Amino acid sequence: MTVPVQIDVEETSAKPAPAIRPAGGKDRAFSPVNVFSHTVLIAWSVLVVVPFAWALLASLKSTGEIFGDNPWALPKDLLWSNFSRAWDKGVGDYLFNSAVVVAGGVFGTMLFGSMVAYVLARYEFPGNRFIYYLFAAGMMFPTFLAIVPLFFVVKGFGMVSTYQGLILVYIAYSLPFTVFFMHAFFRTLPTSIAEAALVDGASHATTFFRVMLPMAKPGLISVGIFNVLGQFNQFVLPSFLSPEKPVLSQGIATLLGSQRYENEWGILFAALTIAMVPVIAVYLVFYRQVQAGLTGATLK
Amino acid sequence: MRHGSYRFVASFLAIPLALYAIFVISPFVQAFYYSLTDWTGISPEFNFVGFDNFQTLARDAVFRQALGHNLILLIGLPLITIFLALVFAYLLNVGGRANAAGVQGVRGNGFYKLAFFLPQVLSVPVIAVIWATVMTSTDTGLLNSFTKAIGLGTSEYLADPNIALYCVMWVLIWGSVGFYLVLFNAAMSGIPKDIFEAAIIDGAGRFATFYRITLPLLWDTIQTSWVYLAILALDAYALVAVMTAGPGGPDNSTQVMGLQIADNGFQYGRAGYASAMGVVLFFLTLIIAAVMLRATRRDRIEY
Repeated sequence: MTVPVQIDVEETSAKPAPAIRPAGGKDRAFSPVNVFSHTVLIAWSVLVVVPFAWALLASLKSTGEIFGDNPWALPKDLLWSNFSRAWDKGVGDYLFNSAVVVAGGVFGTMLFGSMVAYVLARYEFPGNRFIYYLFAAGMMFPTFLAIVPLFFVVKGFGMVSTYQGLILVYIAYSLPFTVFFMHAFFRTLPTSIAEAALVDGASHATTFFRVMLPMAKPGLISVGIFNVLGQFNQFVLPSFLSPEKPVLSQGIATLLGSQRYENEWGILFAALTIAMVPVIAVYLVFYRQVQAGLTGATLK
Repeated sequence: MRHGSYRFVASFLAIPLALYAIFVISPFVQAFYYSLTDWTGISPEFNFVGFDNFQTLARDAVFRQALGHNLILLIGLPLITIFLALVFAYLLNVGGRANAAGVQGVRGNGFYKLAFFLPQVLSVPVIAVIWATVMTSTDTGLLNSFTKAIGLGTSEYLADPNIALYCVMWVLIWGSVGFYLVLFNAAMSGIPKDIFEAAIIDGAGRFATFYRITLPLLWDTIQTSWVYLAILALDAYALVAVMTAGPGGPDNSTQVMGLQIADNGFQYGRAGYASAMGVVLFFLTLIIAAVMLRATRRDRIEY
C-alpha cells in the first residue's frame, strides 16, 4: 500500500508522542508507509482533541469572544468568574449530588457484585447457571427499553429524586457487568488458599472478606474505575428518575438548554470543564486499567 | 459442598438478586404487560386493549420516521466505525518500519491510543454539548469558521434537516472509534508476529497481509463489535436528546425511537403506548443480535 503523501519528515518526528518503547536498533529513514501511518493517526488525534481544547479555552472567555471571528483567539481577560458563576448556578450542587450518588452506588455495586460473582464462580448449587445468564442478559439491552415502568417502580417506593433511589438503581444496573467481570476474575484465583482458610475454621463469609477479596484487588480496581466513570457519566437514568435533584451530567444538559436564551456561553463551558477535568484526570492516571476494563467486557 | 454453605450462598445472593429483580427484571416484564394496556401513567386505572398499541404504532408516522432514522444509524454507524477502527489499529500495529527484524508497530502507539480513547470516558452530555456548540449554525462557530477559512463555505449542521441526522451519526462515530481501535489493537497484538513475517517473506504486500491474515483472525472480535454498535445505533437517545433542538431536530429530522418512548411515556401520558415501543425495541435488539451473530458466522480459527 504505497500512498503518495506530502508531509515533511520534520513534522512527523516532532509529534508529541512519548517514546513508549526504547528505540531499539538504529533509526532508519522513514518509509512512505510509516509517514502515511503517522499522518493519518495524527489527523485523527487532532480531530479528537481539538473540540476539548476549544471547550477548555472557551471556559475563560466571554460569549462575544467564544463566537468571535477567530475561535482560537486568546481571551482578552481570563474570565475566571465564569467558574464561580457556573458554580453558583447549580454546578456546585450537581457535583455534590453526583459525588454522593457515585460514592454510594460504586460501594454497593462493588460489594454486592463481587459477592454474587464469588458465589457463582466458586459454589455449585442448583440455579447457578440460570442466575449467571440472568445477569449476563442484563448487559445486552439498552436501559431505555423499560424506562417507563422503572420510573413507576421507583415512584412506588417514594424514591424519585432521592439519593437512595438513584443509588439502588445504579447498583442494580451496574451489577451485570461487575458480576460478569469479577466472575471471570475469581475463576482465575487458586482454590487452595480458600480451602486452607475453611479447614482452619474460618466461615465462608470470613474466607470471602478476609482472604478472597484482598486477592481479587487488581480485578476490583479495574471494575471499580469502570463503575466510577460509568456512574458519574450516567445520564439516562437520573434524567428520568431524579428530575428534582440533578446530577452533573444532567445539569450540563440543562445548562445547554438555558444558554439558548441566556446567551452566557462562558458559564456553560466552565461547567463543562468542571465536569470534564476530574474524569480526564482519572483517565490519565489509570488509562491502562480503564482501557482494559472497558474493552475486556466486550472481548469475553 | 460443605455443610452450611447453602445458607451462605443464599445470604450472599439475597440482596443483590432482590435489587436486580426489582429494578431491572421487573420493569422489563412490566413493559410487556403495560404494552397491552391503555395506561396513561397518571391514573391508576387502565384497560386491556390487546394489540391495539402495536397496530397504532404501525401507522404512527413519527414513530416510523424515528425507526427509519435508527435504521440509517444501524447501517452507517457500525460500518464506518469498524472500518476506521480497523484501519487505525492496522496502522498502529504494522505501520512502522518493515526490516530484517520483522514488521513493527508505529512509535507513539501508546499516545495514539490514549488520545483516541478519550471520548469514551466522558459523559454523553459533555460530548453532545461540545459538538452542538462546535457545529453552531452561525457563521462563527468553530467548524464553520474553519470551513470558511479553507474555502468550503458554511453549513447549518444540526439546524439543517437534510444533514442533522448525519451530524449526530458523526458524533457517535467520533466517540466510538477509539474504543474499537483499542479492542482491535488488543486482538491484533494477540496474533503471533511470525505469521506476518512468514507472509512478508512469501512476498505478500501489506494490503494482502491485512486482507488475508489480519481480517480473518479478527473476525470474532469484529462480529461482537458489530452487535454492540448496532445496539448503540438503536439507542442514540442521550446524544439526540441533548444535542438537537426540540429535542428531535428540525422537522423531526433526528427523531429516534428512544425519544419517542420518553415523549409518549412522560409527556403525552401514554405510558402503555410507550411500553409497546419499548417492546418493539426489545425484539429489534434481539433479532439484530441473533441475525448478526448467525449471518457473520465463520469457522473459528485457532492459532
